[in-house]
Amino acid sequence: MEGLFFNVNNGFLEGIVRGYKAGILTQNHYASLTQCETLEDLKTQLSATDYGNFLANEASLTTTIISDRATQLLVDQFNFLRSNAVEPLSKFLDYITYSYMIDNVVLLITGTLHERDTHELLERCHPLGVFESMPALCVATNVEELYQSVLVETPLAPYFRNCLSAADLDDLNIEIIRNTIYKAYLEDFYDFVGALGSPTSDVMRTILAFEADRRTINISINSFGTELTKEQRAKLFPAIGRLFPDGNNALAKADDIEQVRLVCENIPEYRSFFDNSPGGSQDLGELGIAAQLEDRFFRTEVRLNKEAFLQQFQYGVFYSYVKLKEQEIRNLTWIAECIAQDARDRIHDYIPIF
Amino acid sequence: MSGTGPRENVFATRMALTNMKLRLKGAETGHSLLAKKRDALTTRFRAILRKVDEAKRKMGRVMQLASFSMAEVTYTTGDISYLVQEQAKLATFRVKATQENVSGVLLPAFEVDRTPGSDFNLTGLGRGGQQVQRAKEVYAKALETLVELASLQTAFTILDEVIRATNRRVNAIEHVIIPRLDNTIKYIISELDEMDREEFFR
Repeated sequence: MEGLFFNVNNGFLEGIVRGYKAGILTQNHYASLTQCETLEDLKTQLSATDYGNFLANEASLTTTIISDRATQLLVDQFNFLRSNAVEPLSKFLDYITYSYMIDNVVLLITGTLHERDTHELLERCHPLGVFESMPALCVATNVEELYQSVLVETPLAPYFRNCLSAADLDDLNIEIIRNTIYKAYLEDFYDFVGALGSPTSDVMRTILAFEADRRTINISINSFGTELTKEQRAKLFPAIGRLFPDGNNALAKADDIEQVRLVCENIPEYRSFFDNSPGGSQDLGELGIAAQLEDRFFRTEVRLNKEAFLQQFQYGVFYSYVKLKEQEIRNLTWIAECIAQDARDRIHDYIPIF
Repeated sequence: MSGTGPRENVFATRMALTNMKLRLKGAETGHSLLAKKRDALTTRFRAILRKVDEAKRKMGRVMQLASFSMAEVTYTTGDISYLVQEQAKLATFRVKATQENVSGVLLPAFEVDRTPGSDFNLTGLGRGGQQVQRAKEVYAKALETLVELASLQTAFTILDEVIRATNRRVNAIEHVIIPRLDNTIKYIISELDEMDREEFFR
């Protein structure tokens, strides 16, 4: 049924996004990119792709500039989509930007807490997470004011209102705040896509569930040996995902990476995360396993997002495109970094998308 | 002829002769002592030179590793520099300076003093925390190498200076003071002999 009317409102944009997707770098592109000797070569190679001459006006090339410009391209594309979208797609696209907004607001909060001039922070904010009233947040000079204005001005208001009080902003570690907000955001997004109905909800829920589980696992692993108590940890776990609720409970009590592994054993798809594949060296130690883990999370994320494109008539493609593009920017930065630092042996550690 | 070179301006008396002989002996002892000091310092200097070389090579490797681990962090978490800067309150990595005595030369030695734990150990809680930790460890190691290199380098320059001064002294004693004293003694002896002969014929 949804196929009948989908194209009335969203057909154009879906076409656009699928066109954008065709521009994502392929294995062949990566093969030639990794052969580059200097960043100038990289620029030349990239000009043959959809990136075109996005670096044409740069006098000196650094990895930061490359990633900034690439991000800018993504942002431009996204803004085009956003401005052409109608409800409920526009709302959906807004939801995508919320995760970046969270990062930006947290950054501003950090600045305010330490009584810095927050105006210079605006440049450091992620462009996707910029919202109209963001400069207004800079007016706040103390935490109380900021809290009030965050509540009033930003789309993140409900998350803040439900999870934190003004006093919390002062006392809690900024990372805890960030993760609390993010948890609220993920749960809200999850409900929202649920309300959109099938097939959007089918696709998005898989992706969001994985995102939630990934955060849960990450938070558990990263909180070993820190002052984060187990109760606090449990509060940061999103109440969605495939690990919820049994896995989350077990993870909240876990003390080492071995226990995390046992919890993940229960989910067939997650079992492979902790494998010590023959490719990786055996004596990695705990840090090594965790670093590999991050890599595997990225791979799975890419796989899930790719699968989203197999479904017609749903919004998941928009989310997936942004995420895939983000991964591509990371890959580009990685390759550029490897070239700049002359670390040829690691250059192939990027995650191919197509 | 004896007494032709430069000599001390003394009267040729027996007392002056004894004095001169004593001074010559003193100069010779001083010379051998200083020479020993020089040798000790040079040995030490060579050892330090070797270590500096090693440390510099190591530093190259370690710094490369460190900046690469930073790249890994950027790959997973994005830019965290501001958060880390703001959350760091106490230095966990301090340098202590102590002194070491090598044959009378005081060499400063720097030691690393790390307090475990950190202010930003929750950075990257949601993603990439492990990379952040690792980057921190790698950078701490890089700093250790730098500190080691710094103490070697200061020791190197100070020793260099001291060795040069000692060398100057040794050479001065060997080529100026000792010949002069020798000449003076020879001069006094020849004068005294002359006086003896004059007495004899009188």
